[in-house]
Amino acid sequence: MSDLTHLIPAAAADFANSATMNDLEVAKAKYLGKTGALTDALKGLGKLSNEDRPAAGAAINVVKQAIEGALTERREALLNAEQAKQLAQESIDVTLPARAQSLGGLHPVTLTLQRIEQLFHSIGFEVATGPEIETDFYNFTALNIPEDHPARAMHDTFYIDEANVLRTHTSPVQVRYMENALKNNKTPPLKIIAPGRVYRVDSDATHSPMFHQVEGLWVDEDISFANLKGVVQDFLQKFFERDDLIVRFRPSFFPFTEPSAEMDMSWNGGWLEIGGCGMVHPEVFKHVNVDHEKYRGFAFGLGVERLTMLRYGVNDLRHFFNNDLRFLSQFR
Amino acid sequence: MQFSENWLRSLVNTDLDSQALNHALTMAGLEVEEMQPVAAAFTKVVVGKILTASKHPDADRLQICTVDVGNIVNGVSVPLQIVCGAPNARPGLLAPCAMVGAELPGFSIKEAKVRGVESFGMMCSSKELGLSAEATGLLELDANAVVGQDIRQHLDLDDHLFTLKLTPNRSDCLSITGIARDVAAITGATTHFDAIEMVDAETQDVMTVVVGQTTACPRYCGRLVTGINAKAVTPEWMVKRLERSGTRSISAVVDITNYVLLQLGQPMHAFDATKLSGDIEIRFADANESLLLLNDQELALKVDDLVIADAQGALALAGIMGGKASAVSDETSQVFLESAFFPPAVIAGKARRIGLSTDSSYRFERGVDFGNTRNALEYATTLIKQICGGQAGPVTEVISTLPLRTPVKLRLSRLVSVLGIPLMQADVAKILTQLDFAYTLLDDVFTVSPPSYRFDISIEEDLIEEVARLHGYDHIPAIPPVACLDMLPAPETRVHLNKLSDSLVATGYQEVVNYSFVDESWERDLLGNANPIKLKNPIASNLSVMRTSLWGGLLDTLTYNLNRKQDRAFLFEVGAVYQKIDAAYAEETRISGLAYGSTMPEQWGVTSADIDFFEVKAHVEALLGAGSEVSYEKAEHTTLHPGQSARILLNGKAIGWLGKLHPKWQQHYSLSKSTFLFELSTEAILARKLPAYQEVSKLLPVRRDLAVVLDENIAVDAVLCTIKSANIPLVTEVALFDLYQGPGVPENKKSLALSVLMHDTQKSLTDSDSDTAISNLLQLMQNKFGATLRN
Repeated sequence: MSDLTHLIPAAAADFANSATMNDLEVAKAKYLGKTGALTDALKGLGKLSNEDRPAAGAAINVVKQAIEGALTERREALLNAEQAKQLAQESIDVTLPARAQSLGGLHPVTLTLQRIEQLFHSIGFEVATGPEIETDFYNFTALNIPEDHPARAMHDTFYIDEANVLRTHTSPVQVRYMENALKNNKTPPLKIIAPGRVYRVDSDATHSPMFHQVEGLWVDEDISFANLKGVVQDFLQKFFERDDLIVRFRPSFFPFTEPSAEMDMSWNGGWLEIGGCGMVHPEVFKHVNVDHEKYRGFAFGLGVERLTMLRYGVNDLRHFFNNDLRFLSQFR
Repeated sequence: MQFSENWLRSLVNTDLDSQALNHALTMAGLEVEEMQPVAAAFTKVVVGKILTASKHPDADRLQICTVDVGNIVNGVSVPLQIVCGAPNARPGLLAPCAMVGAELPGFSIKEAKVRGVESFGMMCSSKELGLSAEATGLLELDANAVVGQDIRQHLDLDDHLFTLKLTPNRSDCLSITGIARDVAAITGATTHFDAIEMVDAETQDVMTVVVGQTTACPRYCGRLVTGINAKAVTPEWMVKRLERSGTRSISAVVDITNYVLLQLGQPMHAFDATKLSGDIEIRFADANESLLLLNDQELALKVDDLVIADAQGALALAGIMGGKASAVSDETSQVFLESAFFPPAVIAGKARRIGLSTDSSYRFERGVDFGNTRNALEYATTLIKQICGGQAGPVTEVISTLPLRTPVKLRLSRLVSVLGIPLMQADVAKILTQLDFAYTLLDDVFTVSPPSYRFDISIEEDLIEEVARLHGYDHIPAIPPVACLDMLPAPETRVHLNKLSDSLVATGYQEVVNYSFVDESWERDLLGNANPIKLKNPIASNLSVMRTSLWGGLLDTLTYNLNRKQDRAFLFEVGAVYQKIDAAYAEETRISGLAYGSTMPEQWGVTSADIDFFEVKAHVEALLGAGSEVSYEKAEHTTLHPGQSARILLNGKAIGWLGKLHPKWQQHYSLSKSTFLFELSTEAILARKLPAYQEVSKLLPVRRDLAVVLDENIAVDAVLCTIKSANIPLVTEVALFDLYQGPGVPENKKSLALSVLMHDTQKSLTDSDSDTAISNLLQLMQNKFGATLRN
């Protein structure tokens, strides 16, 4: 048997010269294929004597392994190169804009309403609702505003007919809720907020004929005016995410609360009016058969547009109802 | 309620400056709505007297005046030379003179040469002093003005106009006296009200007063004053106080009644006594009686209108307004003065009913001090005699049962627990004393007798509020409540409305908020609702009826934004719609959407295509819970394209609409592209199924695809629903994956490509099992729809 070791560098050179997988396969055949040099040599083993065959076989194997090693190495190199090329081809400009559906968004007043609901929910307030076309009874009489009471003139009411109005405030929900609760044998503590649309005959730069209020009510055995201040102040601090906000109460008059107060909030060195509140008036409790000796309650009404304007720095109430997408899209 | 700060201060001596007084009033519940200085700041303006005036040599319109400003040097009066252009500048005139160095609103006065003549000051008009917007010449002062006196002092300009926004319960503060009383209570200052003198009768002239309705008029005081000079000039001080209270000076007698009203809060009326005949009667109006009011309004009286009448008929609408026929005039020589008490319930609503609100009705409907009726009459008499002369007759007074001031109990314990602050007995006693409320005290219970001027103290809460008010709401701390921690229910089978909104937002929809009242034409024409709920007093004709759909608002919002260069809009609103059902009103919350323009916003790599029915249908379906039994049926709606509109049904019940805007509306709104609309009742779609586990099979399903040909008019939904409800053994899901019409399919037919999933949870399916199932399926479609397998 001739020495085959010379095939190793020859094969290595052939492999190295193979630029593609195909070339490499051709070069491989030259050595390891059916008619390759090594295959021929292996076939020649049979002609050897039994004594010589193992050594010759071992020598061929050494060469074969070396060539196979070179082949594998080259194959991997080619694969890597090919992969690298493909990756390079697949490269994209990752800074191109994303492709997407446009963003939708909620109305800023809704954002505020959701925030209010969430904050009050966290201390156990449920959401209650009532009709917007409200009876004169619930909107006024049950709230201790009898017919011809001067307080009615404060309301600039939209009338539907003799007995029905567009509700001028969310306070009637208090009455409806308490009435229902007691009918269903639910006793205090009662804690609700009632968000919704309200209506007043008033339209200028700072008044909209339709706007939103949130009414709050907490009826319990031992709830006080100081607690009312505590809850409202806590709410405002959390709503505006400012621990330094304080609430100021000013004596006021609402026929359905007593004592009654206007709520002011400290803001940029001054005071801003943000709603009315007070302790539920005994007459209101009487209307819904709540024992006003045993129970007390507080109620408050917040102007939602006002809070929204302060929260987001909106300077004109009319934006909320013009529905200009350039305005609305700022709250996404 | 507007008033002059100086007038108030003449009745109560508080140390507070104007700002502090403003704050104190506001924090005590008498909200100061406005506080304005009577005059802008200016200095060095005095009363000047023009001694001589001669023509300026070089200017036609100017005069060279010598003006006495009280300047005395070495015992000799030294007048100033001032060039003046005012047409009314003349010798003897007293007018404001700004001296050299004076700071006026917007400019200052220096020595100057005017057309070559030296001028040492400026004579002023009211405009130059900032007292009025316009002026035609120098401000002419009274003959009694003292030369050299600071003009601010002379005209009492260091004063503020306060405007209070009084709540309806505080009628006691509808007078300067009432406000002074409250200032004293709040601040601890003392009041000094002049004692009102009883005017002795100088004549025996009387009018007989018959009070027919004693409950409607529990106290009536009247008196004749004869021989008066109605042309007398109202004194300057009174005119000024009236004007600073927003009341124009009219004539001496009227001014006096107005002055008493402002000072004491008692509405007064003066009749021309020569125009009265017979007795004065206080009664309800007769049917068919009418009255010409002072404001020339001819009023058909109602039988619950209280009137002051004489033998001829109604003279005045009691507590509201006098009549024209008996009004005082310059010729009036004798007046019948009236001071009465009418309870709030008698007057309430009556003025509003005839579209009026007078100073008098405003006070009577809130409550006038019935303890002061006589005093007011005496005070008015005194003023009339002072200003108009005349002789007073005796007072005719008719008193019946005055309102009771029932003592009210105030429990200290209740007060402390309602307010949540530890007030002591002594604190409360002090406050009640400050308020001048008489009380007795037994075992921590105060029994309080409210004064006649307070109409708002009848229950314990009223007193609690008064104590809190005087204690200062500011001194009540903010204390978080202590309460039981019960969790709130969280039903899983009902989603929150917010989730529906979130679903649309995620699809690209922007929420809008439109008015609930809309243009009547939207209801009538767009929605075909001939009979919407109307507002009796709409704010504008295009906001006059309540909506029954949110679509009008969405279309309006769309055009508003298209006019502002938007080219696509996905909008939605959540809100109520309103209906009248029989005699009752019903409301329902709807969620409604509008899609206009391209499916995706313009961007690279996306071919622009306009949104279509089925994409919007997907948005609708995203609102409904998975597994909801929703179906669609072809139906017509006035707003929608008749061939592209569907009624949406949930469990067979109609819950909303989906469709393309009718081309005629597209044209009406000038929309260049198709618009799609949907609207659903939210109540119907909030329900969700609680997920219930079903075993997951270890065996894999078998899929077969098949194409069937059937009549093109057959709704696909009907086919799929029929298959579903037939529950063919092994068939678990049938879905449409292609729809084809064209070559290879006969005319008026369509081909549906369906994928059929078959499944047995117990064993693997054999081909023959599947064949049987498919054959059952085809048989069903053949029977129900005449469908054949496509070759």
